[in-house]
Amino acid sequence: MIETKGLRKSFRSRQGRETKTVEAVRGVDLFVGEGEIFGFLGPNGAGKTTTLRMLATLIEPDGGEATIAGADLRRNPGEVRRRIGYVAQGGSTWDEVSAREELVLHARMYGIGKAEAQRRAVRALEAFQLTEFADRKCKTYSGGQRRRVDIALGIIHDPKVVFLDEPTTGLDPQSRAHMWDEIRRLRSEGVTVFVTTHYLEEADALCDRLAIMDYGEIVAEGTPDELKRDVAGDVVTVGLNGSTPEAAQLLDSEGYVNKLETVEGGLRLYVDQGSIAIPQILRKIDGAGLHLGTIELHRPSLDDVFLEKTGRSLRES
Amino acid sequence: MKLLRDTWLIFQRQMLLVLRNPVWVVIGILQPLYFLLLFGPLLKDALQAPTAADAYRFFVPGLLVMLAMFGSMFVGFGLIAELRAGVIERSRVTPVSRLALMLGRSLRDVATLVVQALLITVLAIPFGLTVRVGDVLLAYLLLGLIGVMLSAASNALALKLRSEDALAPLMNGVAQPLLLLSGILLPLSGWVATVADFNPFSWAVNASRALFAGNPGDSSVWQALLIIGGLTALTLFWSARSFARSVR
Repeated sequence: MIETKGLRKSFRSRQGRETKTVEAVRGVDLFVGEGEIFGFLGPNGAGKTTTLRMLATLIEPDGGEATIAGADLRRNPGEVRRRIGYVAQGGSTWDEVSAREELVLHARMYGIGKAEAQRRAVRALEAFQLTEFADRKCKTYSGGQRRRVDIALGIIHDPKVVFLDEPTTGLDPQSRAHMWDEIRRLRSEGVTVFVTTHYLEEADALCDRLAIMDYGEIVAEGTPDELKRDVAGDVVTVGLNGSTPEAAQLLDSEGYVNKLETVEGGLRLYVDQGSIAIPQILRKIDGAGLHLGTIELHRPSLDDVFLEKTGRSLRES
Repeated sequence: MKLLRDTWLIFQRQMLLVLRNPVWVVIGILQPLYFLLLFGPLLKDALQAPTAADAYRFFVPGLLVMLAMFGSMFVGFGLIAELRAGVIERSRVTPVSRLALMLGRSLRDVATLVVQALLITVLAIPFGLTVRVGDVLLAYLLLGLIGVMLSAASNALALKLRSEDALAPLMNGVAQPLLLLSGILLPLSGWVATVADFNPFSWAVNASRALFAGNPGDSSVWQALLIIGGLTALTLFWSARSFARSVR
């Protein structure tokens, strides 16, 4: 649904008398499949928004190519606009008009007739649970309500792809969970969703696949599970009642154990895939007649992935 | 066709906003109204006009040009607010015509201006202003052109500067000399009059006075229409280009 090759963009910024060229995006290759929720993860200033704005026809790339929903970004931005929706980070509604008025106008800017635009607005208001305050001015809405209007605007013309730039930033936990549901609902309706975030939990919980961006480049791409597996595999902690040395000897020679550490009260085993390793560990310990207390599986978090790929923690950056 | 439809769409939304908060239309005519009430009475003696009505017939046509200038020069502030709210960016991701985004807003300014000019004209009648309908329509055409020109320029600058703090001093810096060099407040003389020949609005004021005096055939009328019309076309071209560029 989205395919990019070597997408580049640099900006010139002036600091005093010197002009500096900042390479915001340095050659991004991406593939996003139909009906996916694709996450774009990275710290502030990594180039996520610049990439998104290029894909949404808002800024012209310096180089590279992209095809979005079958339309060529460089040669035919007008057609791309018809097929995509875009929801900006900072909001898109005007204080003095109502959600309904915004929805109707926005639909009409896509060339949709007045009656049809009004029908679509009604449908969107219902879908996003905005009917109750549909005719109140946008300035009276809460942050979460206003963000829902933004998203409803972004999909009023039934786009094939929708770009959401940090849709949950600044929302309280409840509104955020609500927003995740909305995004999943879009996917269930067959819309491809391209979403940027700097929340690891969000990328993990929401995205089918994701790319991690840092300093204008993609440093990792895959499903959240793939990415995490890539890093260190899983960690299995086994609690043993007293017979730790024997168990260590027993398990050290097993092929699926990459590394073994003795910790207080038991062992820590680094394995490729915990779900496959755990039954084997259980059988081995049981077979030797040792007493097993507890067994726990830890998955590495996306923060570990980020740390491994960029050399720093996302939380710190 | 698409351009017309899109322009109408933008114009409708902009007018809805004006009508929802018409206080700005009123604030816009406050300045000329104050001049009409508090400055006009001084003119009979200052100009040594035979009657007060003569003084108003001289003063009001210029006052209308001032209204057109000051009403349009500051519309860029509204655009900056819209840029900040994300409304412009939201329009840009749709296939809506870029030129329509500008024209719809300029038309709003012309519509507002015509209403304000009508109000000032009607309010000036008790002071002795007289004018023929045909002449006043021609004068409004001139005012409309000034409105389009300055609103397009103001919007183009707003797109470039994107900050009220930069736009305000620039507009004020330009507006004051343009006003003083237009002959609106007092008749020009000496070297100031020579400099004023390079001010297109001084030509507009002369034409407006000729029209209100009932001389549509006066050479100042076609000259002003030509000068202001040409400048309006140039500014529109410039503004459309900066909309198309920053808005791609």
